Amino acid sequence: MTEMVYGSVPAGRGDPILPRWWRTLDKWSLGAVFLLFAMGLLLGFAASPPLAERNGFQPFHYVERQVVFGTAALAAMIVVSMLSPTHVRRLAVIGFALAMVALAFLPLFGTDFGKGATRWYSLGFGSLQPSEFVKPTFVVVAAWLIAASSELAGPPGKSYSMAIALLIVGFLAMQPDFGQAALILFAWSVMYFVGGAPITLLMGLAGAVVMAGAFFYNNSEHFARRIDGFLSAEVDPTTQLGYATNAIREGGFFGVGVGEGTVKWSLPDAHTDFIVAVAAEEYGLLLVLVLIGLYAMIVVRSLFRLMRERDPFIRLAGTGLACIFAVQAMINMGVAVRLMPAKGMTLPFVSYGGSSLIAGGIMVGMLLAFTRARPQGQIEDIFARRAR
Amino acid sequence: MMRRPLRPLARILDARAKGENPDAIERENLKARHEQERDQLRAQAEGRLLVLAVFFLCGFAIIGLRMGHLAGSDPVEPRAATTTAKILAARADIVDRKGRILATNLTTHSLYAQPPQMIDKERAAAELARIFPDLDAEDLHKDFNGPRKFLWIKRRISPEQQQAVHDIGDPGLRFGPREMRLYPNGRLAAHVLGGAKFGREGVLSAEVVGRAGVEKAFDAELRDPGRAREPLRLTIDLTVQAAVERVLAGGMRLMNARAASAILMDAETGEVVSLVSLPDFDPNERPRGGPRDDRSPLFNHAVQGVYELGSTFKIFTAAQAIEDGLVSPQTVIDTKGPMTWGRHRIRDFRDYGPELTVEDVIVKSSNIGTARMALMIGGEGQQAFLRRLGFFETTALEMPEARVARPLIPKRWSDIVTMTASYGHGISASPMHLAAAYATVVNGGRKVEPTLVVREVHAPGERVISEETSAIIRGMMREAVVRGTASFGEVPGYAVGGKTGTADKPDPRGGYYEDKVIATFASIFPAHNPRYVLVVTLDEPEETSGEEPRRTAGWTAVPVAAEIIRRAAPLLGLAPEIEDGSAVGVTLAAN
Repeated sequence: MTEMVYGSVPAGRGDPILPRWWRTLDKWSLGAVFLLFAMGLLLGFAASPPLAERNGFQPFHYVERQVVFGTAALAAMIVVSMLSPTHVRRLAVIGFALAMVALAFLPLFGTDFGKGATRWYSLGFGSLQPSEFVKPTFVVVAAWLIAASSELAGPPGKSYSMAIALLIVGFLAMQPDFGQAALILFAWSVMYFVGGAPITLLMGLAGAVVMAGAFFYNNSEHFARRIDGFLSAEVDPTTQLGYATNAIREGGFFGVGVGEGTVKWSLPDAHTDFIVAVAAEEYGLLLVLVLIGLYAMIVVRSLFRLMRERDPFIRLAGTGLACIFAVQAMINMGVAVRLMPAKGMTLPFVSYGGSSLIAGGIMVGMLLAFTRARPQGQIEDIFARRAR
Repeated sequence: MMRRPLRPLARILDARAKGENPDAIERENLKARHEQERDQLRAQAEGRLLVLAVFFLCGFAIIGLRMGHLAGSDPVEPRAATTTAKILAARADIVDRKGRILATNLTTHSLYAQPPQMIDKERAAAELARIFPDLDAEDLHKDFNGPRKFLWIKRRISPEQQQAVHDIGDPGLRFGPREMRLYPNGRLAAHVLGGAKFGREGVLSAEVVGRAGVEKAFDAELRDPGRAREPLRLTIDLTVQAAVERVLAGGMRLMNARAASAILMDAETGEVVSLVSLPDFDPNERPRGGPRDDRSPLFNHAVQGVYELGSTFKIFTAAQAIEDGLVSPQTVIDTKGPMTWGRHRIRDFRDYGPELTVEDVIVKSSNIGTARMALMIGGEGQQAFLRRLGFFETTALEMPEARVARPLIPKRWSDIVTMTASYGHGISASPMHLAAAYATVVNGGRKVEPTLVVREVHAPGERVISEETSAIIRGMMREAVVRGTASFGEVPGYAVGGKTGTADKPDPRGGYYEDKVIATFASIFPAHNPRYVLVVTLDEPEETSGEEPRRTAGWTAVPVAAEIIRRAAPLLGLAPEIEDGSAVGVTLAAN
């Protein structure tokens, strides 16, 4: 009877935490994340030995590190997903402040690892990329502000959140990291869109993004070279893109076989940005489609659950997180199949990476926390409408 | 949108009357409105979230489809790291008519650098600059430290240079095999062969592409992997070519000409045995660019240049007049000069008296006599005849240069054009046109198409003039050498016949130069049974042994052609006829 009335089981007071968490959680998404992580490890076995060899480590050095970081990330995800939305919001705001400070001091203390962009802090045991942590926490902060603006006599949260977004974009453009900057802008736009933005304004914003792209194309050599490389129809087979495309072709539908791939030996970023190419070569289209399916499932399930959400903050924050997650996956895979210009974007949970993995865990943890089933007051709505 | 006021006066008054707090009404209304707005926002968000979900689903689907499309396609792109290079470097050899090599391939190496793998960039740059003096150490060092991961240093290096680079011992300096086009005879037949260059380049091989001459004309055939073992056999004879080139170069210097060309053609088949254009170049190091003008050594004067070829055309006028039955060699033509036609005046080089026989018109090269014959023929007939001889089209010679050498024909064929064209003015054609037309006229009257490739069977061409007319013309040409303008052309034992032509060069500013001519000698040998046609053209010759410079073909082109025949005829396997040259009914006595 309760389920008939409420659609989902509400959390009652005094319920034990774990049973309640399990009951209200989006278990399919959680399972998908675990599967993704497992696939990432599997691909790590294939993709990372060449890198380990180059850097003089044991063949599975990076797989071991991935296990360590991955476990930490999954733990973080589960812990975060147990928090209530209010707690998530509070912690995220604090985290956001810290991440922003870290981001701001990058030009002073960061390193570029010889890649032409200062994005990392080099810690003893690994590197830390502040922008990875800025992304999810910014989404929560922006969602909070936008939601607050819809309250009566609330603050002008939309403008505030936009100012913050532009500030972050400014920092990221300084590194330069146009991929993350675009991601931040995209996340904010999506939240603004769901938060009730007028359509005309969104159109104008899209135009502005195009203009900015054109500006950077003309003024930043780093950016222009990437775009040119993408636009030229004839892909240079000695570039990363050329290798990736060929790897996918070599793989065909069922792959060349475990460990038989060759692309990992020629791609410097085989274990991160081009892991899909390795997957496609060794395991074929089949595994890649499973990967795509898992990402699509997490994103679409989350969005559908958020459609029922009554609280504007939760709805917006969940949307923003789901979008970042989806877009990151889409860009990474889109680059490998040459639908998009080359952009250093990791594949959440699958790519190797310390801070990106943990940040991904926190991000999906927040998403799971926001998509937990809550009493949405459907019956009250009906009564209220009748009373009006 | 109509909104209910937050403080409806009626309810407030009512509440006051009942002693209740009126602020509660405002709060209640505020709450209701807030909830209403939230519901609206939620409904909107629901729709927009659906849009988002569809958007992402589509995005993932597109990536999946693209992935499937890629996976389904073959890995066709060449990969630098594999051995299966898709660039085919094979190119067939080119040989002369006796199978001697004119162009072949040589495996050399290219030198490239992979700066990320270099150990000591500074030393490598310095050493390279020492081995290759044209490289600059500083530039190299800058390139090595630049962002490029791959850079060409030299496209072709010799084995010695390769060893020297190898001795630097830097792993970032690599060699790639390069098939190189080699012309072992150097400048010999440079214009025929043309030259080659690298086309698409990979690390492991590079395409060799023809740039001009037969290398370009037969590029597809030469590059056909199925025919790589089968050399392209040209009609050129290497030894004859060498002799002709040497004599012509000497003649050009003696006659102070700025350019010269010679074409030696088989009179029956049109096979070009020798084709020389001077100045020439080394096809191994073909100069950059194309032949912009006729001053460039790349310019092929024999095939590419179109000139007014002067009195050599008189043969065609005479042949047509005889063929049409208008005249016989002994018909007397009025040659009293100057001949006026409207405001034009036609003069002869010197006054040959009031009348000459047709044969003497040719032998002495009378413009007036030829013009009168042309008037008898008429403009239309003349045009048709010249068209049948090939003067209205490009020649069929298998060279890209021949395809651009379109004769210059006056648009309106007035009577004055008829007259000037009869002695080779007002109409421009290449020496190759002339050689083919002479071959046609003297070989018994069958049309000849010039060719550079040996064919198994030769189909006789269409008949242009009769055997009899052809024989008469041969006799006239022989007479021109025996007692006419081409008397320096006599080569004992080879019964040379021919016709000279000295044409004033057109001034680009209009009119003609007074002191610049194109001297041409179109000759046949032996005259009674012509085996070969030789056309020698000198551009702006000046023979300065006399008191004043002599420019006529008889003094310039003819002696050069005679020397060529003297040297080339034995090489062609023609035995000199010492005893008797009476086969054509002419006396071989030298005058």
